[in-house]
Amino acid sequence: MGIIKKKKRAGIEAIQTRGEHLFYTINDLFLLFCLLVVAYPIIYVFSASFSSPSAVMAGRVTLFPVEFSLEGYKAIFENNKVILGYANTIFYTVVGTSINLFLTVLCAYPLSRKEMYGRNVFMFIVSFTMIFSGGLIPTYILVQNLGLINTRWAMLLPNAIGAWNVIITRTYYQSNISDELFEAAELDGCSHIRFLWSVVLPLSKAITAVLVLFYAVGHWNQYFNAFIYLSDKKLFPLQIILREILIMNQIDSSMITDPTLMAAKQGLADLLKYSLIIVASVPVWIAYPFVQKYFVKGVMVGALKG
Amino acid sequence: MNLVQAPTQGNAKITKNTSSFSIVKKRIKKSLQLYLIFLLPLIWFLIFRYVPMYGLQIAFKDYKAADGIWGSKWVGLANFNKFFNSYVFTRVVTNTLGITIYNLVAGFPIPIILAIALNVTYRNKFKKVTQYVTYMPYFISTVVMVGIVMQFLNPRIGIVNKFITALGGKAIDFMGVPEFFKSIYVWSGIWQHTGWNSIIFLAALSSISQELHEAAMIDGASRFKRVIHIDLPGIMPTAIILLIMNCGQLMNVGFEKVFLMQNPLNLRSSQVIATYEYSVGLKSAAANFSYATAIGFFNSAINLLLIIIVNKIAKTTTETSLW
Repeated sequence: MGIIKKKKRAGIEAIQTRGEHLFYTINDLFLLFCLLVVAYPIIYVFSASFSSPSAVMAGRVTLFPVEFSLEGYKAIFENNKVILGYANTIFYTVVGTSINLFLTVLCAYPLSRKEMYGRNVFMFIVSFTMIFSGGLIPTYILVQNLGLINTRWAMLLPNAIGAWNVIITRTYYQSNISDELFEAAELDGCSHIRFLWSVVLPLSKAITAVLVLFYAVGHWNQYFNAFIYLSDKKLFPLQIILREILIMNQIDSSMITDPTLMAAKQGLADLLKYSLIIVASVPVWIAYPFVQKYFVKGVMVGALKG
Repeated sequence: MNLVQAPTQGNAKITKNTSSFSIVKKRIKKSLQLYLIFLLPLIWFLIFRYVPMYGLQIAFKDYKAADGIWGSKWVGLANFNKFFNSYVFTRVVTNTLGITIYNLVAGFPIPIILAIALNVTYRNKFKKVTQYVTYMPYFISTVVMVGIVMQFLNPRIGIVNKFITALGGKAIDFMGVPEFFKSIYVWSGIWQHTGWNSIIFLAALSSISQELHEAAMIDGASRFKRVIHIDLPGIMPTAIILLIMNCGQLMNVGFEKVFLMQNPLNLRSSQVIATYEYSVGLKSAAANFSYATAIGFFNSAINLLLIIIVNKIAKTTTETSLW
């Protein structure tokens, strides 16, 4: 490590002074500080989730798990509400993201074509929604009038397209799919739909990956729509259950199934929260590295003006 | 288009009309397939984004579900006056502005500093790890984020209070003290978003020409000097665009996090426009849709105005703007 680093530095830096060295050291220390500040709470939650109820209740966890146990996780997976919430969230995420992706691509592709007559008008219709909206109540009335209250559709339709995502997708298509390509395809009698399906989509996997991540994380973490539109407990996504347990402290006794544990009920309730935090966040943390390589690319495209 | 310019003097007008009409017709015909693809998204936008805008008129009406949006009685500005004259008006506006301004002042520079530090370091593996870890909190949901904050600040088991009591202090119920609310909100947000927000600055830094750095090095500029004179000016345009966007959001505090952090004890400093709109519109037993809509409309009108003004200022002073 040291040798490689020195070589690299020697290649880039012609002159190495003491002051330079100090600057790099301070810089690295600053980064280390940032790293620790962000990592510590995550490590703490992780460790606490694997500790025993009594250790959590007594606050004996500082860095590593104390009295390693899986009781928190056991309690979670024995809890029907959490399991149902998890299943619902998976459903909303999979179906919702598919709808999002379908509509966003259909929206972005025509807007990326110069030959679309009236493109600017359509572009305005889309981007205006980013700076102005009808707001909470009018949207609620609409959803109510459409009869979507207390149905799964309320979780899928009201946010089916994100205007910002349309714009980054359109920008990506514009800068990566050349006009010549379509002209050539058109000469061969290729329609727009066919072109979109068999040329544009295969050539823009990066932006598709970014869209999937953005939308899927959005659905996974979705709380607000469920909160205002759903009252049927069978439809609740994970985040609503999380709010009940983490924030409103509603842990019903059915959650603690083992009577011998009743004494440690409070401890288990405390522990359970840490385990829940991990269980709710881990799927996204696992998925993220797979799309990370596309990511910076996607975000950079978004940084360019549409 | 240049076909239109061509016709001879005598019957210029007629030719122009017919030819431009036929050009339009031709272009529409050529776009038909694209319109077809665009149809579904367009319908979605009209229904889910523009119908609510039509519904905004109930802010000027006394909305009764039985009469519908169109059929309800007009009441002019009564709902707005009610809001402006109510005792909560000053409180929710000050709280909203207090949170956003605090957030902007404290939260804006940190991602820039982080991005520059990441760009300076030569330890590539260390850089990658730091990036990955600092992005992680971004993916935590608001509910979980607030849950973590509440666990850490819990007076009984929270690690912060364990630390305070270990030092001989007394445990504090942070969430119940109105004075702490804004700081908890802002700094937990900084913890969650700094890494993510630095991505865009990193991208801007990587697009700075290496030749600039080489030339400066030949002139003997230290790395620190190059940060000040090359890196910082290089990311300025990006920073200004983002600052503009943030200023346009000054009256816009997201509902979710504030709502989840709210409790009766800290309500004095945690009631913002969005949560107040919710509490009069949907939460209360005697829900007043019109009044809540007026509050929301007032808020989004100001947001729109702000973003237009800020964009104009940026355009005239710095040549960078959103549109």
